[in-house]
Amino acid sequence: MKKMTKTSKTWEMTPSVRSYQQIRRRRRFLRFLPLYLMLLPGAAYLIINNYLPMAGLIIAFKKIDYSLGIFKSPWVGLSNFKYLFSNNDALIAIRNTILYNLGFILFGNALAIVVAIALDSARNKYFKQVSQVVFLIPFLLSTVIVSYIALAFLSPSNGFLNNSILPLLGIDDPIKWYNQSKYWPVILNIVFLWMSFGYSSILYYSSVIGIDKTYYEAAVVDGASIWQQIRYITLPGLKPTIITLMLLAVGRICYSDFGLFYLIPQHSGLLYSTTQTIDTFVYRALLELNDVGRSSAAGFLQSIVGFILVFGANWLVTKLDKESALF
Amino acid sequence: MINNNKIYSFFVNFLLVSLIVACVVPFWLLFAGSITSEDYLIQHGYSLFPKEFSFSAYSYLWAAKDSIGRAYLMSILISGIGVMANIVLTVLFAYPLAHKDLPGRGAISFFLFFTMLFNGGLVPTYMVYTNIINVKDTLAGMIVPYLLMNAFFVIIMRTYFTTNIPGEVLEAAKIDGAGEVQSLLKIVLPMSKPIIATIALMTLITYWNNWTNGIYFLTTKTDLYGIQNYLNDVMNKAAFLQSHANGMINAKSIPNISVRMAIAVIAVLPLLIAYPFFQKYFVKGITLGSVKG
Repeated sequence: MKKMTKTSKTWEMTPSVRSYQQIRRRRRFLRFLPLYLMLLPGAAYLIINNYLPMAGLIIAFKKIDYSLGIFKSPWVGLSNFKYLFSNNDALIAIRNTILYNLGFILFGNALAIVVAIALDSARNKYFKQVSQVVFLIPFLLSTVIVSYIALAFLSPSNGFLNNSILPLLGIDDPIKWYNQSKYWPVILNIVFLWMSFGYSSILYYSSVIGIDKTYYEAAVVDGASIWQQIRYITLPGLKPTIITLMLLAVGRICYSDFGLFYLIPQHSGLLYSTTQTIDTFVYRALLELNDVGRSSAAGFLQSIVGFILVFGANWLVTKLDKESALF
Repeated sequence: MINNNKIYSFFVNFLLVSLIVACVVPFWLLFAGSITSEDYLIQHGYSLFPKEFSFSAYSYLWAAKDSIGRAYLMSILISGIGVMANIVLTVLFAYPLAHKDLPGRGAISFFLFFTMLFNGGLVPTYMVYTNIINVKDTLAGMIVPYLLMNAFFVIIMRTYFTTNIPGEVLEAAKIDGAGEVQSLLKIVLPMSKPIIATIALMTLITYWNNWTNGIYFLTTKTDLYGIQNYLNDVMNKAAFLQSHANGMINAKSIPNISVRMAIAVIAVLPLLIAYPFFQKYFVKGITLGSVKG
């Protein structure tokens, strides 16, 4: 198709040819018209839901006056950003977001790889299937339900930990989980792993079963142990998947699961030093404190840095393993 | 992996069994909490094997069936409309993109794809949906923002169209005089049932579990709450009551401890009962387009 149009340009354009081309173009347009019409509703939605908010990022440089609207409000330069960093709150949120994501990437992938290899090694087919089905249940739940479950464990007066587990360990004083921030990095990592390990193990598992069985057969004939099979066949076979998933996760390092950090700690203000992330910060500043300036400035940084990282991570993935990249 | 080592097998089975337990026990705790008597809960807390049973939480829920039932119906309504609208938008956007000769196809694909790389975030999105198109305190606030169309699913569907529907079939239809709309409805859609079912299921779970649109956009109209926001609201009121013991909220209007767990049980139950039946599609959905999936 492309070649044809290229050569057609070199033709001498006599008037009759030109009108002939016009007719052709018109017929072509009419042929595709129904297709363009089909695109309209989706395009309208993308403009409203995605492109208008992108343009709306400029409010980070404005002082919003609702009576004037977003686009007519006065410009204020960088003052929202200065205000954002005038105290430590935003820095703490940024630090928490990055540290939690690093923990999630490290522990999440490690656990998922172990589980994927275990699923592959289990010999009972029925047991394998049941495990997969059960592992995905936590992933199926809404964060609201997970916050109920967390409360059943952590509630200071009625919680399972304080009433049943801690006495077994010889700790008689109940711990006020929702008042002490030092426990939360551990709690949130556990909750994250509980919610997501099924999903990520299945991703890895689908890649483990893709490894050619004859490698293992040859290795066993040569006397390879279980550990040697894992070390020299499974892990190298998983390498592209590991790198891809990690890169994609690093690309999203500025983003956090809003529900995990907002609902599971029961919005306890005492815990902000270890539970506040950029997403909860933006939400609280916007809807609880009605502070558009700070929230839009934080959101702007998240969007721009996030874009650079997502784009960069994807670009790297394309270089390493073309099929797994987003683009 | 060829595994003929008994000790290794033991460790593998041990790991998998403990993970199964770790996935199931929290639910059991939730369920056990809902059938424990309130006195026992106050004295001994939640326990896996409560010694005093009571179904008063469920009879309380039955008495309060109007408000819970309403939230349930709202969830069904929101998910139903949302899934249907989502599938229509996705199919309509994916089908033209599956035509390799569509002029401007590259630009349109980029227009779609760019939304996966970059987004304005909460503040501008909130401004758009409250100031430009006002969905605040309407049913549309639960359905439209964020969830109505997912660029990723559009790309999956487009790929499915191009790889699973033979060009010859469409060509033959065209020769027989079928227009694009007819081809889409009579040929492409019937041949795409598996992918539509998978995407519909994933969207259904997303809508059913969504609570963020409720807290962003429903500030005064709590009667539009779905079951998730209803649950969240109960939790917030109970927490408020605990911190302001003599506060203004009437203590009687807040379900007690076992009742809260009972509502949570009722909210997850349908999903858990249906899960074994849609499990196959669910697994397909989460590995869709994933690494070498």
